[in-house]
Amino acid sequence: MKISYYPGCTLKNNAKNFEDSTICALKQLGVEVEELSRWNCCGTVFSLATDDLMHHIAPIRNLIRVKEANSDRVMTMCAMCYNTLKRANERVKNDRESLDRLNEFMYREGTKYNGDVKVLHLLELLKNDVKFEKVAAKVVKPLKGLKVANYYGCYLVRPQDIGLDDPENPTILEDLAGLLGATPVNFPFKTECCAAYQTVDKPEVVAERTNQILTSAQNQGADVVTVSCPLCAFNLDQRQKETAQIYPEFKNIPVLYFTQLLALALGCPEESAGFDLNYIDPKPILKEKGLI
Amino acid sequence: MRINISRRNINDPFVRKVEELSGQNLMACYQCGKCSAGCPAVSQMDILPNQIIRLAQLGMKEELLASRAIWLCASCMTCNTRCPKGINIAEVIEAVRLILLRKSKDHLEVKELSEKVREEVPPIALISSMRKFTS
Repeated sequence: MKISYYPGCTLKNNAKNFEDSTICALKQLGVEVEELSRWNCCGTVFSLATDDLMHHIAPIRNLIRVKEANSDRVMTMCAMCYNTLKRANERVKNDRESLDRLNEFMYREGTKYNGDVKVLHLLELLKNDVKFEKVAAKVVKPLKGLKVANYYGCYLVRPQDIGLDDPENPTILEDLAGLLGATPVNFPFKTECCAAYQTVDKPEVVAERTNQILTSAQNQGADVVTVSCPLCAFNLDQRQKETAQIYPEFKNIPVLYFTQLLALALGCPEESAGFDLNYIDPKPILKEKGLI
Repeated sequence: MRINISRRNINDPFVRKVEELSGQNLMACYQCGKCSAGCPAVSQMDILPNQIIRLAQLGMKEELLASRAIWLCASCMTCNTRCPKGINIAEVIEAVRLILLRKSKDHLEVKELSEKVREEVPPIALISSMRKFTS
């Protein structure tokens, strides 16, 4: 199976391990990703104002690139890219007038957009196309004894019509972790916002959230926390430094992309998981569990 | 705190502008407070999400535009998901922010960010923060 792939900006630098681990894991599952040529930033956030068409140009232009690649589906892993691309797509599908205006604005593009591309998250591809049963069958290194708290954050599940899973109590990541042989740990802060981009000018707000979210996961016995968004990853992983300074009781815990564990379980080489990019080193706990 | 409610404020074009930009009917809110109960940012806010809606209904724009709370909302959409009247509160708060931003009153001064911050935070944080906090 081949699938068009939109990486997004951060997967090419800070979150390179998110990309590398995904590509390797999909290869093990017989899926080849074809990165779009000339993709651009999606804008990171879906514009919420009714009159703001301008900010939908970036995501829609990426969907034109999907059509130019002779594809009608595009897969992405970053929760923010997924949310922005999918919501912009839904907005123009339900509003022909906006779509016409966007196409007019992008008159230099050889291809017109008609709302005919489907935006998929990697989790949807794994569940509905590859099928979770096949993922389970391909596991060569079960994550036995590893207690994983799966953090969803906001953009993977909200608003409701994003439709990946239940917005209040999603379980798709727990389902996947279970298939990989890990022990999923439920915790009440799994959909609590990490304060997102407040990290730029109000890191203390992020530290408060990071303390709450990670302490809650640790109280439920988690060894590691997984995420699917490079911004959540930065806030929950790197910002543990500031969190520990403000909250002396706080204890560090490794935060990984869920694909790093997926790659490991599917037998990818350790380099493809890129653990060196994680701020809190996950290797000691993975070694302790005999996984690396 | 003394609050003056006036017909003039309620009929202020500001109220229509918030409704127009957000696409929401402010008067649908019956102040149950569920948005504030679930909002992860309330500990830092000076006014709560349900109070933002109330102030918008009453056209109390000075109080709203000067609040810290509108900049603490990260559009996480928890309130939208839970509102029993189907109001998109995050969109209302975005509208209030935009009324300021569209007058070039930026919340984030990118020039003033230290070299350390610019190097440390990932592109996804810088871009989204600029999208939300600058004009």
